[in-house]
Amino acid sequence: MAKKMPETPMLDQLESGPWPSFVTNLKRLAQTDDKQYADRMKDLLGQLEYSYKNIKGYWKGGTVGVRGYGGGVIPRFSEVADKFPLSAEFHTLRIMPSPGYHYSTEALRKLCDVWEEHGTGLIALHGQSGDIMMQGCSTEQVQKAFDALNEYGFDMGGAGPCLRSSQSCVGAARCEFSCYDEGRALRTIINNQIDDLHRPSLPYKFKFKFSGCPNDCADAIHRSDGAVIGTWKDDIRVNQQEFKKYVSERGRKDIIDNIVTRCPTHAMSLHDDDTIEVDNKSCVRCMHCINVLPKALRPGKVRGCAILLGGKHTLQIGDLMGIPVVPFMRLETDEDYEKLKEFASRIVEFFAENALEHERFGEMLERIGLANVVEGLGLEVDPNMVVNPRSNPYVRMDDWDDQAAKWNQRKVVAAE
Amino acid sequence: MAEARQPIESGVPDPFPWMHPALRKNYGMWKYHDRPRTGVLHHVAESGDEVWTVKAGTCRQLDVFTIRKLCDIADEYCSGFIRFTTRSNAEFMVTDEKKVAPLIERLKKDGFPVGGTGASISQLAHTQGWLHCDIPGTDASGVVKAVMDSLYDDFVNERFPAKVKINTLCCEINCGGHGDIDINVQHTKPPVINHDLVHKICERPTVIARCPVAAIRPAVVNGLPSLEVDEKKCMCCGACYPPCPPMQINDPVNTKIAIWIGGKNSNARSKPTFHKLVISGLPNNPPRWPEVSAAVKKILEAYRKDGRPYERVGEWVERIGWARFFALTKLPFTRHHIDDWRWARGTWNTSAHLRF
Repeated sequence: MAKKMPETPMLDQLESGPWPSFVTNLKRLAQTDDKQYADRMKDLLGQLEYSYKNIKGYWKGGTVGVRGYGGGVIPRFSEVADKFPLSAEFHTLRIMPSPGYHYSTEALRKLCDVWEEHGTGLIALHGQSGDIMMQGCSTEQVQKAFDALNEYGFDMGGAGPCLRSSQSCVGAARCEFSCYDEGRALRTIINNQIDDLHRPSLPYKFKFKFSGCPNDCADAIHRSDGAVIGTWKDDIRVNQQEFKKYVSERGRKDIIDNIVTRCPTHAMSLHDDDTIEVDNKSCVRCMHCINVLPKALRPGKVRGCAILLGGKHTLQIGDLMGIPVVPFMRLETDEDYEKLKEFASRIVEFFAENALEHERFGEMLERIGLANVVEGLGLEVDPNMVVNPRSNPYVRMDDWDDQAAKWNQRKVVAAE
Repeated sequence: MAEARQPIESGVPDPFPWMHPALRKNYGMWKYHDRPRTGVLHHVAESGDEVWTVKAGTCRQLDVFTIRKLCDIADEYCSGFIRFTTRSNAEFMVTDEKKVAPLIERLKKDGFPVGGTGASISQLAHTQGWLHCDIPGTDASGVVKAVMDSLYDDFVNERFPAKVKINTLCCEINCGGHGDIDINVQHTKPPVINHDLVHKICERPTVIARCPVAAIRPAVVNGLPSLEVDEKKCMCCGACYPPCPPMQINDPVNTKIAIWIGGKNSNARSKPTFHKLVISGLPNNPPRWPEVSAAVKKILEAYRKDGRPYERVGEWVERIGWARFFALTKLPFTRHHIDDWRWARGTWNTSAHLRF
């Protein structure tokens, strides 16, 4: 006889209301009595209700993995297994999706089939790490589940002190703002360093994220150690006919209030004939005007990315945003992507050599200083890296002439 | 014995075989887009090809039956392709405008709300919570469900000054991000230490090094090596709890919920910003956390009334000032709003720019 559904009076209250309910999803799995996972999901629901009642979590970590890899499985053992024995082991497999989260229904159905056979049928699309979260595996089934997914073409994501799974915006696949091939950049960097992802041996985690333009839909600047954010170097492309059309549709007041005066560097000027003038030398490529008037204004044609290092969440010294150590890198040719790949390896190598244990890149940057990191990475200092130059004299500057000569030399080379 | 199977280290999969054919064909060659209605994006390629995308909310924690239902819809309307956003919305692409309305009807009928575009609220980004995490103070899934129920009309309609992104976090320090509004755990008491277990489970130097304020030191308690916390220094962040589970930071009463606002990752108009504290001390109140939904709603109503077009929440407050924000929302401003962590001085007003 099938095991009885647990009483879940608290969780039941999360089934009402218009938004889709995760509790309904969990219950449906628990009630599919002809499947191997139904009874495990009943105990899982029991434990979750117990958490809701006691306002406390009951999972602890451990060590579970697959042959050949050092990470990627998040082990979970229940602390209340005496009450809920069937969900005593409830591990997650982090599986890497494609950049931009594209799926054929065949691939999605494959995930479902594997998870019905080896797991619980519970999948999160997607975790905060960017992975497909295959949740609820027993220790014994982990290898079999991974083998089935791996044979189909999926690979394990990262967990622990390693290069982590990555994320990108939809980008070139469906966005006119895309300034480089995000999917290609992501796969080039991550797959080149896949050993660092599967076998944790870095001081701490390192995340790359990829956004095609400064709108940063992948939240890269704050949520990754290495943010690759699309931008362009030449002028915004203006279609004056389309611009005039926008003015006639939206009215001049709207264009002045919501486009011209919202430009952060006052780089726009509306002419009396309703055409627009952009002061491209002052433009910071924020995207606002392009976002609002996409038919009239477009990113330039000399496209590529900025690379910002050091973003992270609170632990340990506080939240940090990335800093553009590479203000612009052209991304068009095979050689450009090769350069990006090499630079990404250099970043991770520098991190491995210089960070302390459990120190994120941004914290290391704070400890050893931006100028030192920039030079350590073989880059040159650039005014785009600062809001303003230093405002205190606490610095030893007896090599001023040499440093100034470096800058002047660069200007000469650039002019040639 | 059969040889052990070695993994095929294939890495991140190629997106192209799984990409809608119209997206594949026009990859990197899109011209412009507009939004014909809430929940629908219309993209036009240089080639003249057009794609309509219908965006639908999901609950992120999905059973295989729901995923297969999404697949059935994608098979019927979208040539068997689907994609997801970073906020767990499902996106359905069609090349025939006539399919848009029936697709929306079908999604609604199957229980997937259509919206989340433009000046609406997108699905809340959320962490794992009691369902799976080893250190959670709360259950993000439950908070998200309750808050999305209360903001449902703002998902299916574009009626804020600008887009609104909300995140929830189940602890103070690890996952999650900075959005227009963030719903975070805030612990208010130091960890409760089980001295019988510390020497068995915890690597003590690691735990000591993990504390952001150096409040943990080695100690011998009941003859056993353990750790003690200087409770005057401790700011109750819970950083010691992951490396040392016997230092329990979660507490049914003293683990509270705090609300932070004004975070933004986009560079549009203003630079990206971190969120700022506005409310703390809300009870951790499952199953529906009504105090949290009420607080979020209160802030969003003030923003809706007072924000100007395209102003994100943080930009709105930047314009009107914090004094006016606290007046409009009738929320208390306390000494805890004044930062005392490193870089705090940059958050203090060092001018005579004052608002009354």
